[in-house]
Amino acid sequence: MLVNQFLFLAALLFCIGVYGVIARKNAVLVLMSIELILNAVNLNFVAFALRNGNADGHTFALYIIAIAAAEVGVGLGLVLLIFRNRRTISLDDLSEMKG
Amino acid sequence: MIATSEVMSELSSGWFLEHAWLIPIVPAIGFAIIILFGKKLPMKGSEIGLLSMLSSLVLSGGAAAQWISRVNSGAEGQFIAPVVRTWNWWQIGGMKFTIGQSIDGLAVIVLVVVAFISTLVQLYSTEYLKGDRRYTHFFAALTLFSAGMLAMVVAEDTILFLLGWEIMGLCSFMLIGHWWEDGANSRAALKAFFTVRTGDMGLLIGISMLYFASNEWTTKHLGVSGFSIRGISAWALSGEANSRVILIAAVALFIAAIGKSGQFPLHTWLPDAMAGPTPVSSLLHSSTMVVAGVFLVSRLYPVFFTGFHIMGSGGNFITIIGGITIVIAAALAFVQNDIKKVLAYSTVSQLGYMMLGLGAGAWMPAVFHIFTHAFFKACLFLGAGSISHSASHHSFDMKKDMGGLRKVMPITFATWIISTLALCGVFPFSGFFSKDEIIDNVGHNGYQLFMVIGLIGAFMTAAYMTRATYLTFFGEARGASAGIHHDEHNDAHASAHDAHDSHDAHDAHATDHADHGPHESGWRITLPLVLLAILALGSGFLNAVPFGEKWERITKWVEPRHSEFAPELHHAPFTWSKAGLSLAIVFVGIALSWGISTMLYTRKDKRLVGLTERNSALRVGYNFLMNKYYLDALYEKVIVKAIAGPIAAAAYWFNQNVLDGILHAVARTSRVVAGWMYRNIDQRVVDGTVNNSGKATKGFGGVLAPTQSGKVSQYGALLFSAAAVAALVLVIINS
Repeated sequence: MLVNQFLFLAALLFCIGVYGVIARKNAVLVLMSIELILNAVNLNFVAFALRNGNADGHTFALYIIAIAAAEVGVGLGLVLLIFRNRRTISLDDLSEMKG
Repeated sequence: MIATSEVMSELSSGWFLEHAWLIPIVPAIGFAIIILFGKKLPMKGSEIGLLSMLSSLVLSGGAAAQWISRVNSGAEGQFIAPVVRTWNWWQIGGMKFTIGQSIDGLAVIVLVVVAFISTLVQLYSTEYLKGDRRYTHFFAALTLFSAGMLAMVVAEDTILFLLGWEIMGLCSFMLIGHWWEDGANSRAALKAFFTVRTGDMGLLIGISMLYFASNEWTTKHLGVSGFSIRGISAWALSGEANSRVILIAAVALFIAAIGKSGQFPLHTWLPDAMAGPTPVSSLLHSSTMVVAGVFLVSRLYPVFFTGFHIMGSGGNFITIIGGITIVIAAALAFVQNDIKKVLAYSTVSQLGYMMLGLGAGAWMPAVFHIFTHAFFKACLFLGAGSISHSASHHSFDMKKDMGGLRKVMPITFATWIISTLALCGVFPFSGFFSKDEIIDNVGHNGYQLFMVIGLIGAFMTAAYMTRATYLTFFGEARGASAGIHHDEHNDAHASAHDAHDSHDAHDAHATDHADHGPHESGWRITLPLVLLAILALGSGFLNAVPFGEKWERITKWVEPRHSEFAPELHHAPFTWSKAGLSLAIVFVGIALSWGISTMLYTRKDKRLVGLTERNSALRVGYNFLMNKYYLDALYEKVIVKAIAGPIAAAAYWFNQNVLDGILHAVARTSRVVAGWMYRNIDQRVVDGTVNNSGKATKGFGGVLAPTQSGKVSQYGALLFSAAAVAALVLVIINS
């Protein structure tokens, strides 16, 4: 029962994150939304670890937190460079890669 | 629990003891308020800092009073159990992590000292940092720092201990580098942080080792985890612990103490940390940060006691490190011109005494020295700050900008003299009762060699403090304290900066200086000085061993009685002949140093002035000291360069010759093979296929090209809808 509530919360977070990634134009906000998605996953891991009574989920969650930190570092670095070169971080303006 | 005597009485407790966990919580909340709303408050957040420290002080005082009545409610020789409360922090699988408080005599005495000094330092800072550009942040960091130290002190378990320890490490970085615009300051902050971190690895390793080694035993016998300090203590004393494991854990933990408490060879960060504002130096280097290492050893004493066979040999790792530290740091104090650096090396040396005492089984004198040292050293640091604030134009250079200040700064002078005498260990000032006890007990417990080192240290302490006192308060007024402002105002500021790194620079102060000469500081600076001087004079009587057992109050209240949690320790019987010897040594030190100082600095005696330039042996020694035993050079030039130089070169060579060699060989072979392949297979078989499939792809690609819009959000939408479809398929298949 308890686990269900965690899962609902995680699903909600995930959906908010997906909405942010798809609908937002600001690169920083998209990065933040990706964080939300990652943390939704974390929550699932921890919730299931609690249910199954072992430490695997916690370990995964800790790894994800560490890697997410690195990811944000790289992501923000990219955003910063893009801003320096283009004076904008709107994702709509960055569509040179079209086919 | 095993009864150590037949008579056991019910121990009293009380609200303050049960709620001692509030003591670190209050400043932690204070920190949050300052950092969030500080700038909008009328006093820029300093009132919150001061208020939270005052509440901590009141709570600590209440806890101390109730602890004393708890001790009194116990029977003679009964172990006074600490007041323990724990909470579940988190739980995974079968592992349960708890954090909590464990209040005993050691915790109480350190709590009172830390809260008291923190309060005074905050009061002092309101004046000293008036108009600073990061005033609010300063108070935030100061408050969090105290919270970290207090959390470490109340900790029931090694987890909370580590947390408090690391909070202090972080805050010391912020506080030392408070004026980070100056490159030297931020370098000093980084140096302090990294040097201490080197030791911190030891703490992590030690805690983990102790957990895995003791968890089974503690769970079985006491029902607590291997993180509980009580559990670890009982395990270490039970005789069932693997002696090699416990030795390695003790070494690891002691390395952490070396880093934090500025022991040889990791003491190099401590003098550089003087780059921080003076109140920071006073707080960090009298009662909190640097005492953390000593506290670690005294807190987990059974581990060290068993691991190093304390009391069972004539010397061990702790006493050796402590002994070396006492002498080398005191020697360095002689060649410093910066008053704060003299005090810094003096702190290093005094910490050496505490370590020596702990290593030689003189637990109680060492802890008592933490107590007395906090008062007189804080007073000395704040006195130095008072001089630089009001008399010497923010300079700390004793030779250039001080001298003859006893007349213009009577309060600062009087408090300085009292604290200096306490530091030197002159009867009846507080340092006598603690330092002499350490030396006495070290000899009594069979560490004769280290007793001699302690006496040499006492001589050197007396001599360098006399030199510093003479240069600061006696003789002719020089430089800024004579009212001379070197060069134009701003130039003086800039050039003084280059001359010595620990120069305090204030924003608001740079402009309002031309109109006043040296004068006494305001009440917010002198009040802490006076309070600390009174304690530097009187606190020794709380444990005045010479006057008989009735006077040994701190011993009664603080020292854990022999039980399964505490090893059995002996006390040296006090004799006036031994005390007389060390007092005589101190007086000789003072007199000798006074004589040389007068000849050298005032009368400019030709035989002494420039002696280090004329005599080559002395010059070598002087340069050796000036370069701090070349330890900094060793760390920066040799160790860092060794890693950066040869290892990088080796990697490059390996890359060039081995990896590239393999690559070239592979490439040549590939070329031969490829040539054949090209002629026979590629041209005839592959190209035909490719050309055809290319045509097909081109047609198909034309259809799909519009989806490659270059818009990230569209890609994202496609990705997530594909994932959703896949998830749906999975659900359908699995149901």
